[in-house]
This record gives sequence, C-alpha cells and structure tokens, in this order.
Amino acid sequence: MSATPLLELRGIDKSFGPVQVLRDVALTAHAGEVTALVGDNGAGKSTLVKCISGIYPTDSGEFLFEGRPVSINSPRDAAALGIEVVYQDLALCDNLDIVQNMFLGREKRTGVVLDEPTMEQMAAETLAGLSVRTVKSLRQHVSSLSGGQRQTVAIAKAVLWNSRLVILDEPTAALGVAQTAQVLELVRRLADNGLAVVLISHNMNDVFAVSDRIAALYLGQMVAQVKTTDITHSQIVELITAGRSGALGLAAEPAGGNGAGGAAVGTTPGALR
Amino acid sequence: MTSTVVKKEGPAAVTPPVTVGGHVRNYVSRVRGGEIGALPAVLGLIVLCTVFAIMRPSFLSAGNFANLFTQGAAVTLIAMGLVFVLLLGEIDLSAGFASGVCAAILANVVTVLGYPWWVAVLAAIVTGVLIGTTLGFLVAKIGIPSFVVTLAGFLAFQGIVLMLMKDGSNISVRDETLVAISNRNLPPAIGWALVAVAVAGYAAVQLVRHRNRSARGLVTDPLTVVLARVGVLAVILGVAVYVLNLERSRNVLITSLKGVPIVVPIIAVLLIAWTFVLQRTSYGRHVYAVGGNKEAARRAGINVDRIRISVFVICSSMAAIGGIVAASRANSVDPNTGGSNVLLYAVGAAVIGGTSLFGGKGRVLDAVLGGAVVAVIDNGMGLMGYSSGVKYVVTGVVLLLAASVDAFSRHRSAASGNR
Repeated sequence: MSATPLLELRGIDKSFGPVQVLRDVALTAHAGEVTALVGDNGAGKSTLVKCISGIYPTDSGEFLFEGRPVSINSPRDAAALGIEVVYQDLALCDNLDIVQNMFLGREKRTGVVLDEPTMEQMAAETLAGLSVRTVKSLRQHVSSLSGGQRQTVAIAKAVLWNSRLVILDEPTAALGVAQTAQVLELVRRLADNGLAVVLISHNMNDVFAVSDRIAALYLGQMVAQVKTTDITHSQIVELITAGRSGALGLAAEPAGGNGAGGAAVGTTPGALR
Repeated sequence: MTSTVVKKEGPAAVTPPVTVGGHVRNYVSRVRGGEIGALPAVLGLIVLCTVFAIMRPSFLSAGNFANLFTQGAAVTLIAMGLVFVLLLGEIDLSAGFASGVCAAILANVVTVLGYPWWVAVLAAIVTGVLIGTTLGFLVAKIGIPSFVVTLAGFLAFQGIVLMLMKDGSNISVRDETLVAISNRNLPPAIGWALVAVAVAGYAAVQLVRHRNRSARGLVTDPLTVVLARVGVLAVILGVAVYVLNLERSRNVLITSLKGVPIVVPIIAVLLIAWTFVLQRTSYGRHVYAVGGNKEAARRAGINVDRIRISVFVICSSMAAIGGIVAASRANSVDPNTGGSNVLLYAVGAAVIGGTSLFGGKGRVLDAVLGGAVVAVIDNGMGLMGYSSGVKYVVTGVVLLLAASVDAFSRHRSAASGNR
C-alpha cells in the first residue's frame, strides 16, 4: 500500500437545487487496491462517480491526486489525470467492432486516414495484457458479444489509455455466475497491475471477493471507509441500511480511528476549499 | 467462455490465416445471421433485369443502358446524401425540394443573371450547405424531430422554388458545360482510361492493405479473395464501359452517340470520396457511432451535435448536386424540379440498397445500388408501356419489400446476436 493515496476527496458537497445529494463526503483510492463503494439506491454513489469523472461540478470540497490538489471541471480533465469510468450501461456502440469501440473518440490516424492496423495491434496487446482470451475476433461487432465479453471490452477500453484510476459502476449487475467470476478476476488483475480501482456494487459477495477496502455511503454521507478484512458482511449491511454499525458509522465519532489511513467520515463541516 | 485457461499467445497474434473456404463460410454465416448488406439489392437488380430483358429485348440495348444512368443520376446523388442522415436514424424529407431550390438558384444565376457556369454551380452548392446547416441546427440544437423540421422544409422549399421561378414559368439552362453533364458522353478512350485507373487504384489499395496487415501478423482476407474482388470490379466496369462505348445513335450519318455519359464519372468520384470519408476517417467512424449509440458517442468525447448538423449539410449539398444534374438533364428548371417522386425515390433507393432506417447501418454504395434498382423499375416499366400509376405502385411495393427485408434482418440478427 502506498503512503499517499492516488485519489483523495475531502469534504465534497453536491446539491441539485434544494436536494443535497452529497454531504461532506471523503473518499480515498490507493494504487494497487480495489476500493468498493457501497450504498443503497439513492445513497449518492453514481453522483459521487460523476463528480469524480467531471460530469457534475461539485459545490465544494477538495480533490487531491497523488497528494496534489487538482480541479476536475470536465470529463476531459478527468481523462487527462488518467481517470476512466466504466459505466453501468456500458457505453459501447453495438454497430461497431471491438477495436472501433476501444478507440472511439481517440482514433489513431496517419494524416486523415484511420490507422487500423496500429489500433488493432494495440487493442490485441491490451486484451492480452489483461489475459483476456474469451473474444474470438477483434473485428466482430460488439452486438455479437455476451454480457461478460462486453464488460471486458468496456474495461479494456478504460485501461487502454494508461489510466491510473478506473471506476467501475456495477460491472456485474447484469451477468451470470461464470461471467461475473470472469469480470471480477479482471477487476482484481487491474489492481494487481498497479491501477487504483473503485468498484461500485450492490453485491456483497462481489465486494468481499475482490475489494481491499470498503467505503459505505448512507444518504449522501460517507459513513465508513475501512479495510475489507476488518469488517463483516452483516456490519456492511447495517452501514448501508442504517448508516451505523456498532462503533462505525454516523452517530459514533467516526471511523478515523480505524487505522488503515482511510479518511473516513468528514468531521469538520467547514472543510471547504 | 471458461475464463483464463491459456489457449494461445494473444488474441490476434497467432490467429491462423483464413482460408478461402473459411472466408466463404464466414460470409454465408454472416448472411444467415442477418448481415445481408446489399444482397437483396443485387439479387433484385439481377431478377428485374432478367425479367425486363425477356419481356422487352430493347431493355438490353446500349442506348437504353446509357439512359438508365442519366435517368437515375439525380435520384442516386440525392440518395447518397440521404445515407448520411439515415445513418444517424434521422430523415430528410426536404431533400427533393432542396435540390429544386438549388437548381432554381443555378438557373437564375446562369440564365437570368448571365454568370458563368461555375459561379452558378458554386451558388447552388452554397445554397445546399446553407439549407443543410439550417435544418441541422433546428434538429440538433433546438431539438425539433428531423421528421417535422424537414417536413416543414418540404413545404417551404416548394414555395421558394415557385417564387424563384417567377410564378410558375420555367427557366431554361443553355450553358454548354451544364447541359453536357447529363447529355454528353466521354470519348471512348477516356472511358477505358478511367476503368484502368479505377481498377488499378482499387487493386493497389487492397494489396497494400493486405500486405500491411499480414506484415503485422493481423488477420487478413486470403489473397485469392482480394484478387477475386479486384477481378469482379474489373469485369463489371469493363462490360459497362464496353457497352456504353457501342454506337447507340439511330442514324450514324447524322450524329455519333457513344461513350460513357459524363454524369457517370461524377457519381463514381462522389461515391469513392464519400466512401472514403465514411470508412477511413474518424469523422465517418463518429457518424456510425452516433447512429449506433448516441450516449456512448457523447461519453467518448464526440461532439454529437456537430455530427448531427454535418450530416444534414452533406445531405443538402448532395441534393444540390442532384438538382444541378436534374437541371442539366431537362435543359431547364421548372417549379416541379425535385418534386413529385424524387424524394421518395431517393429514400427508397437508400433503403433498397440496404441502409437501415433505424440508423447505424449503411454505405454510400447502397444508394448507388438502390438507385440502380429504382431506375431499372422506372425504365423497364416505361418500356413495357405501363402507366405512371402502375410504376408508382410497383416502386412503392419494392420499397415496402426492402424495408421489410431490413426489419426482418434485424430480427434475424437480434436472434443470432449479431446486431
């Protein structure tokens, strides 16, 4: 575990009109680790991800990338830092093939002409680097792929660009048992390759299978960020549903005492930029 | 499916070369899976030509063959532009009368104002660009459905043509260059030279691509297939130019009439240019992406609005070129130029050729093949002495057939997981 987290958020607030969706949220993601982000529907997981990826501006709060303060105002800023998001609904074009999808919007060219051989080679290398061997041809349309294969392509697309932090939004939600195992293995491999991974999931089995840390959101507040080994299944469920579990969570003075350097509950409401 | 048992070195690196038989099997399985492409149009063309040739032997005459090109040219050009709009799942109902407006501008500039032909052509195309920009802006930025925007355009442009025509009279186009587009032919030698250039160019592109890919160890089509493609193209072009170079004047003593109509190379150049844009540039890739999944394209950093506006600009500009060709063919522009069946024939041509009305699937070549089908029906039915009424009904039925083939192939591919 590296001393400085790759990404650290402090005191993030976000409101949509009168509705405050995120309240003083803190989150850290370390290189080489999978951080699971859990929470019930409407807890603010997706909003938080959209803030990190620059789709939504935050109302207040600090972003630290490798310890340096940065500002992320657009998806472009996030991409420049090496932050890639794999969305729940995949964001692949069915009518394009695997290579075309992986390079969509960032095609390699020589002059004005697309450089197909280079793109195909890079795509092949990336998939090989992730030990993906389930796709038959790189030139098959994405529409002909299974759910797990699509998810694999979406993840490979995210790591193609020397990304540092990959955020996965419910990557296993629509998959069968075998394909889920496949994708989780891939998620683990991303972290083992030195990337920071943030995994959003509703499935506690998945969370415990691959994550190093768990961050729990409850009604827009980060109630705990702890090491996976320090917490049990039922404690997490309590945190998700009630916002507290024993010493962890809302009422008790927060999980900062949980060692592990996890910046847990935001304690100082005035921690603005 | 089973996860990470090591099977081979890398996904593409060690893939064995595809054999000819394998290539054919791949193609057959793709067709069975619903990826039929232009197959219905090609088959339809063969069936129609056979039927008409048997019923009316004059259908096969060199003169009629040349007529097919000049008759179908305007519709084909408009259809080529429409392919771009259809690729996004949009529609442009105003393309027919947009071509009328541009033709009217052309006639006014060259005949009424007396400017040289190229000024008139430029004015017509600029008009097309302006029309397309307006339509695209209303669709992409204001958010009005393209069906409504272009339906309004359909009505309004009809009125603009009438106004430009000073209330219903027609304006003749006598400029030699403009008239030549649809009414003159290339010297036979130049026709052959163009065939040679086209075949050699195609062969070069295919072979260089084949060599580059195999040099990098990527999957390639077998060399035999590549050569076969070049051969088929050479045969088709060769036969076409041979027939067009035959003497087709009724009385050679009065005038000699042979060679490729000038409009044919114009269509060919535009076909190659737009195919290049769609298949080999990132702009084209983005058009397909927006047509396939707008949200995915947006997240990939593609400026979706710009793409949407640009396809309307391309469509209306191609309509302008279609209008110029129509004006050339008729030697005049009247209030009905680009009206009546032109738009529906053009949409029909694109769809018959295999362009999907649902977006994301289609090629510029589709418009040319579909345009040929429409022209053959129109021409053949005319030769058989059927009335316009019957022609419209038959064309309508063919369009319906084509659209159902499209829908059917989508079901098929959905079932086989291909699209």
